[in-house]
Amino acid sequence: MDWLTILTTTVHAAIGWETVVYGLAAIGVNIHFGYTGLLNFGQAAFMAVAGYGLAVSVTVMNLPFWIGILVGLAAAAVLALLLGIPTLQLRADYLAIVTIAAAEIVRLVFRSVYFKDIFGGSDGRRGFNTDFYAMNPYPPGRYGIGPFGFGERTMWLLTVGWIVVLLCCLVVYLLMKSPWGRVLKAIREDEDAVRALGKNVFAYKMQSLMLGGIIGCFGGFFYGLYNGSVQPDVFGTEMTFFAYTIVILGGAARVFGPVVGAMIFWVLFVFIGNTLAELVANGYIPFMSTIQVGPIRYALVGLGFILLLVVRPQGIFGDKREIAIDAR
Amino acid sequence: MNGAKIVVTTEGGQPVEEVTSNAQGAWDVQVEDPGKFKVTLDVSTIPQNAAPRGGVNVRTPTVFEGNCSTVLFPLDPKGAGGQPQQEATGQSSFWGQAAQLTFEGVNLGLIIALGALGLSLIYGTTGLTNFAHGELVTLGAVIAYAFNVGFSIQLIPAAILAVVVAGALGYGQDRWFWGQLRKRGTGTIAMMIISIGVAILLRNLIQFFFGAQTESFTDYNTQAGITVGPISAAPKNFWAIGIELAVLVVVGLALMKTRTGKAARAVSDNPALAASSGINVDRVIRIIWTAGGAIAALAGVMLGLSQSLKFTMGQDILLLIFAGVTLGGLGTAFGALIGSLVVGIFIQVSTLWVPPELKSVGALAVLIIVLLFRPQGILGRRERIG
Repeated sequence: MDWLTILTTTVHAAIGWETVVYGLAAIGVNIHFGYTGLLNFGQAAFMAVAGYGLAVSVTVMNLPFWIGILVGLAAAAVLALLLGIPTLQLRADYLAIVTIAAAEIVRLVFRSVYFKDIFGGSDGRRGFNTDFYAMNPYPPGRYGIGPFGFGERTMWLLTVGWIVVLLCCLVVYLLMKSPWGRVLKAIREDEDAVRALGKNVFAYKMQSLMLGGIIGCFGGFFYGLYNGSVQPDVFGTEMTFFAYTIVILGGAARVFGPVVGAMIFWVLFVFIGNTLAELVANGYIPFMSTIQVGPIRYALVGLGFILLLVVRPQGIFGDKREIAIDAR
Repeated sequence: MNGAKIVVTTEGGQPVEEVTSNAQGAWDVQVEDPGKFKVTLDVSTIPQNAAPRGGVNVRTPTVFEGNCSTVLFPLDPKGAGGQPQQEATGQSSFWGQAAQLTFEGVNLGLIIALGALGLSLIYGTTGLTNFAHGELVTLGAVIAYAFNVGFSIQLIPAAILAVVVAGALGYGQDRWFWGQLRKRGTGTIAMMIISIGVAILLRNLIQFFFGAQTESFTDYNTQAGITVGPISAAPKNFWAIGIELAVLVVVGLALMKTRTGKAARAVSDNPALAASSGINVDRVIRIIWTAGGAIAALAGVMLGLSQSLKFTMGQDILLLIFAGVTLGGLGTAFGALIGSLVVGIFIQVSTLWVPPELKSVGALAVLIIVLLFRPQGILGRRERIG
């Protein structure tokens, strides 16, 4: 048993790139679900169009890096409009079905052979992060204490990533304190009452969908920048589901809930996965093969999610009165 | 055509396999990865008096993950294919293809309808939009596979066993899980989110036991096709359509005529009123869950029979089921049926114009457009949507 590797990967997971990517996705979901009560099950689609927006502008169209970021953000905003117009007038289940279907449409289009010249088929696109790492102020080397530490590239990504995460938290904090945020929470509690007060519920919901999608889209950027590539199958239903697990784990409608949730989620996910893999590799669990560790890890997330919702829907920091799951 | 040699290579020319067709003229090549392949028929190995239609002996089919791709080499008597006749073939082949695709669409649509009926009944009686319904479909197929391959039982009894087991699992699921949640007063939105967790749990458990590869049942794999009018298909597809229709009719009649069916419709309309008029709501819901699980399993077996088995098959068809249900009107059993048929036929026929890999995209786009213009679906009522 290689406990040191398990320990270091687990500690790295607490502040690593997965936590940044999923933390951002979860902050977006928190705006949708936690504050406004919208069930957006297509968060992965926002991240996918962002990642692909950046990748395709830089690699296929040879545009500069910052234009690529703008293209990604614009794509997310357009997606929010397309999703929102047909569904935000309808009941919650319709938004859920449409967003999950839209995420699948986006994934199928990105991976299709038909559009291979643009999106690169199931291999995706790579080689668009050179400009990002060219801005790296850290000299080459390793930064850290003892066995824990990152190379200069990861340090740069994590520095930018956590700055963006904290900025997003600040934005959420300020917005939700503002009158605008109070309207969102009121929509979550009782849409009709808000409408009776003369507010345009549809417009508020659309703004919320767009804001959350754009924050989630930064998660898509960081995914692409860290891995140096985007593949269509990464942005599947599981990604959205992880973001929901993180939001509910940390506590919905809390500013830092998604961030803390992402840390705890990835620490547990990496720790359980690596421990199981080590146990299996050393023959302690004879009925399992190493390939089976993957599915069992995902199955455990599903189980944990069910238990969390049944036993403690408010998560760690949440307030039970602020959960939109008993509405209508 | 017996003994014709067929060479399969990748798009770049890397050889994959060489096969010789059997007595029925059928052949089968398993490929590792999806992608474009080049299939060449060796003209020297076919009889002297025949030639490939139009002189084309090379095809480049695109194989997608988990799906079979069919390559047919029509043969004409040599010398018979003149210029005018070829034009006629081109004409009829479009309509022939359309008829063929419609037939396949009906098969797919009926499979979707089986899934949609269960989903719709459960939604109607409990208000739960069950995102784990696709996994019930996979589960049925995988259980049948386990009986069929693991215990070497012929597919028909294996399928019956699978449907029975899946019905029992549906009962158990309501008895020990969803029913308990309802008793706790969990809201429908909470249950819907929980159902996604259930879907992830089941899907990965299935992958744990079944693996990530694509499989097929041991029976009815290599059936010689029969031709009815413009349609040519293996007899299993005709049987599948027959069985699916029969089950749908029986369930429909049961809903209309039997006491339980009437009770189920009463519960869908108004659970409180149904309870106060002496209907045991919990019992009705449990029956619906049992039936829903069983017919979902049948859909899974049929899907595995007409395509192949994979742990994501249910997840993939779930969105089509949702499209069918939404098109027909959420919560209406007969709407679900019509909607599913439309979706199935639409998907298959659309491959005349769109690449086959994008056929589901069209169906899902239709789902969104339906919500834009007629959110209550074909048979739905306005009040349900607001």
